[in-house]
Amino acid sequence: MSHTLSNVKNRTPVKVWLGAFAIGAVLLMLPFLLGATAGQGWIRILNFALLYVMLALGLNIVVGFAGLLDLGYIAFYAVGAYAWALLASPHFDLHLPFWIVLPIGVALAAMAGVALGFPVLKLRGDYLAIVTLGFGEIIRIFMNNLDAPVNITNGPQGINRIDTFKVGEWALGRPETILGFRITGPEKYYYLLMALVILIIFICIRLQNSRVGRAWEAVREDEIAAKAMGINTRSIKLMAFGMGASFGGVAGCLFASMQGFVSPESFGLSESIAILCMVVLGGMGHVPGVVAGALLLSIFPEILRNIVVPVQQTLFGDVIVDPDAIRMLLFGVALVAVMIFRPEGLWPSAVRKRELNSGKEKQA
Amino acid sequence: MSVLPHTPTATALGEPLLIAKGLSKRFGGLQALNDVSFDIRKGEIFGLIGPNGAGKTTLFNVMTALYIPESGSCQFQGVELTRLKPHEIATQGLARTFQNIRLFSALTALENVMIGQHLRTKSGLWGAIVRNKATRDEEARTEARALELLEYVGIAHVANEVASSLSYGDQRRLEIARALATSPALLALDEPAAGMNPSETVVLRALIEKIRDDGTTVLLIEHDMKLVMNMCDRVLVLEYGQVLSYGLPHDVQHDPRVIEAYLGKGAAQDPLLHPELETENKDESRHD
Amino acid sequence: MDIFLQQIINGLTAGSVYALVALGYTMVYGIIGLINFAHGDVVMVGAMTATSVVLALVGHYGDVSAFVAIGAALLVSIPVCMALGWTAERIAYRPLRRAPRLAALITAIGVSIIIQNLAMMFWGRNYQNFPHIIEPTVFQLGDARLSMLQIAIMLGSALIMVALLLLVHKTRLGMAMRATAQNREVAGLMGVNINTVISAAFLIGSALAAVAGVMITSYYGVAQYTMGFMLGLKAFTAAVLGGIGNMGGAVLGGLLLGLIEALGSGYVGSLTNGVFGSHYQDVFSFIVLVVVLIFRPSGLLGERSGDRA
Repeated sequence: MSHTLSNVKNRTPVKVWLGAFAIGAVLLMLPFLLGATAGQGWIRILNFALLYVMLALGLNIVVGFAGLLDLGYIAFYAVGAYAWALLASPHFDLHLPFWIVLPIGVALAAMAGVALGFPVLKLRGDYLAIVTLGFGEIIRIFMNNLDAPVNITNGPQGINRIDTFKVGEWALGRPETILGFRITGPEKYYYLLMALVILIIFICIRLQNSRVGRAWEAVREDEIAAKAMGINTRSIKLMAFGMGASFGGVAGCLFASMQGFVSPESFGLSESIAILCMVVLGGMGHVPGVVAGALLLSIFPEILRNIVVPVQQTLFGDVIVDPDAIRMLLFGVALVAVMIFRPEGLWPSAVRKRELNSGKEKQA
Repeated sequence: MSVLPHTPTATALGEPLLIAKGLSKRFGGLQALNDVSFDIRKGEIFGLIGPNGAGKTTLFNVMTALYIPESGSCQFQGVELTRLKPHEIATQGLARTFQNIRLFSALTALENVMIGQHLRTKSGLWGAIVRNKATRDEEARTEARALELLEYVGIAHVANEVASSLSYGDQRRLEIARALATSPALLALDEPAAGMNPSETVVLRALIEKIRDDGTTVLLIEHDMKLVMNMCDRVLVLEYGQVLSYGLPHDVQHDPRVIEAYLGKGAAQDPLLHPELETENKDESRHD
Repeated sequence: MDIFLQQIINGLTAGSVYALVALGYTMVYGIIGLINFAHGDVVMVGAMTATSVVLALVGHYGDVSAFVAIGAALLVSIPVCMALGWTAERIAYRPLRRAPRLAALITAIGVSIIIQNLAMMFWGRNYQNFPHIIEPTVFQLGDARLSMLQIAIMLGSALIMVALLLLVHKTRLGMAMRATAQNREVAGLMGVNINTVISAAFLIGSALAAVAGVMITSYYGVAQYTMGFMLGLKAFTAAVLGGIGNMGGAVLGGLLLGLIEALGSGYVGSLTNGVFGSHYQDVFSFIVLVVVLIFRPSGLLGERSGDRA
């Protein structure tokens, strides 16, 4: 028997390498191309898209790999963001460097993930979703109200003038000139975010093809059979929650440092749902699909906003339909449409496609 | 070198591996199990039979900690199974298959068997991410052993096929391979021959006997009387949750209570159904 | 102890509303096993519609009697909500009847978002204020005050619940619904039109939602497009507390939750010396939800199962 897993994996044709190289080159030059053609604003949009990619990949571990429908994922983003905001801003007058704050943010987010996981371990799919949703809201309520008696989060006003990401004295937030080229803050952030995204993608792929990844799949497919095979489903689920949450923590820290300002408003239910939409639309469990879904659903609404607002202004003289409403409406319709017509997502893995379509075959 | 390494067991051949005493389980008003006691000895193929609704699967689920019995105990190599959590059963060395096949259907046959080895391997999140030498070696071993097990049950040719696309007989064998991957001391099969035609059943029987010969004790729940009586060393018959008969196949087969349970009242005495009774009568008359 | 009776009254009033909404959840869950995430938003639409109707009436006629206003509001909201619920079922839920639970739940979330944002586009982001047309007739009971409106809400809900009980237990439709809830396949084989039964469940649930919406907007005085979410979560908690799928449970759960919430938020301020104020009120329902799901997932009136599987 010669065709095994490892044999198939080792054969990567030259074509793939060339393609990867070409894409890599484009990605390297992208911010400058964008800046020159569409303007600096689009680089910021791209940066946010990269943050969403991180978030979607994190949620993908919980929903896509382990099959746990977490509707409160945004809470981990909030934990990471507030961790950075509290440790590197004038709020407590702490200005700790990134190599202290980032690990703390990630660790706190991971702990929050495990803490969320504990009570929901026994819960079935739909109940799990509702409880995680409630948890997400609880975190937001606390963020909103922890300004009295002791002011921790500064309540609804949020925390501002947050330190930007600094390596020694070199700050990413400020524009500078290198070798005669002018590089802006967003452009510098782009490279940092891109590097982190690549790292996270790498980690996801490694996880997928590992003992833990297989255990996640087993738990997702049939929890009782998984238990019968000796898999401790509790710790497996907690691992998924913790790992997924840690990506959220990273994204949160970067968000706080990039934006310079955090408030509970950025961490509401609609964000959790947006991220879920990215995972579901892209292709649950399939890393490339999730990345594509995240990019699509974070960039497309911005494009839409740039069309819809001017069009309405020319036609009606005023903005009648709120672009945010359109964005969320689009998400809602996308969720329903995908579930009805293509539940495996736009770019599914072979496994997921079989899983969701075998149900349909059995009906036929 | 046998493909089937086992969890270490201090039990000698022929000694009891599993001792069940007074197991009782009730569901609301229904007494599904009532004071069931038996033992399974190392190296045997032990059969569990009974009409539909007799409580076979309930007993199975109690033994594998999916149900908690109201009373009774089930000791496996000295460990009380009823106090364990479901995922700890396999770690103790008791692996099972399911009556209505519970494979990880979207995964390949190979992946299914690799998952079976989860509890005997240990690389975690860190190993998965950094892929150090220990992890890579473990992965290679896991894959190799999975292939070996697939060959052992005879379905290596479909290793990379998705489990749900396999034929029914192959799926059953895959489930057995996956259970064997946990290196059990006792393999419990829940109606493995269900839905199989006679030729498939013959192949299955050969496989089960091979498993027993290679050192794994087997517990077999079955409906197919012929298979059970021909293959099993000892048999337990359940009816309405109670032990009806227990012992050697021959004794159980001719136990009038068993005959009545399966064939109805009066069948025990019916000469048409039991020609051997006639023969005995004839013998007796000859001795007159 | 001054506020005890008052909190009881407030709790029972809110609880009656929760019970009505919880009944909608539990009916749908009992029959198709779906948590209709969008149910709370249907209540919201009921509330918003009612407010719009009353605002229009007041704007047009000036002084309007409360009965006429509420009556008109009900007359418009109930069909609107029923249409909404029916449409959602037909378009989004029916195609997924055999799909895995996760898919149906995700779809329900999608429907909820759609309804919310359509409402936002239609009514805007601002709070809609319910006009002061209801006379604040108040009865004094010791230290507590009981308003006419509160009585109306509690009484109205009770009457509706009785009517629903009669429907479910004394009519053919009710029997068909109970049969479908127990075993959908067999009910279908016995000649029950499953589609009709399911549509009926959604229609009834949505009608209840409309009534609840009218009650909420007249009682609290405001309505806004985001109100559906929290309310839905609380009503779902009530349904789970009582035992999901069990209609008596929904009522019991609703009333209990109202009481817990009222007593909790009433006393938490004094118990914690002001650290946690009453704006943590929403947290109570949530805590109840988590506690119930972890320790007694079958709810108060549901069946216990002592198994691990």
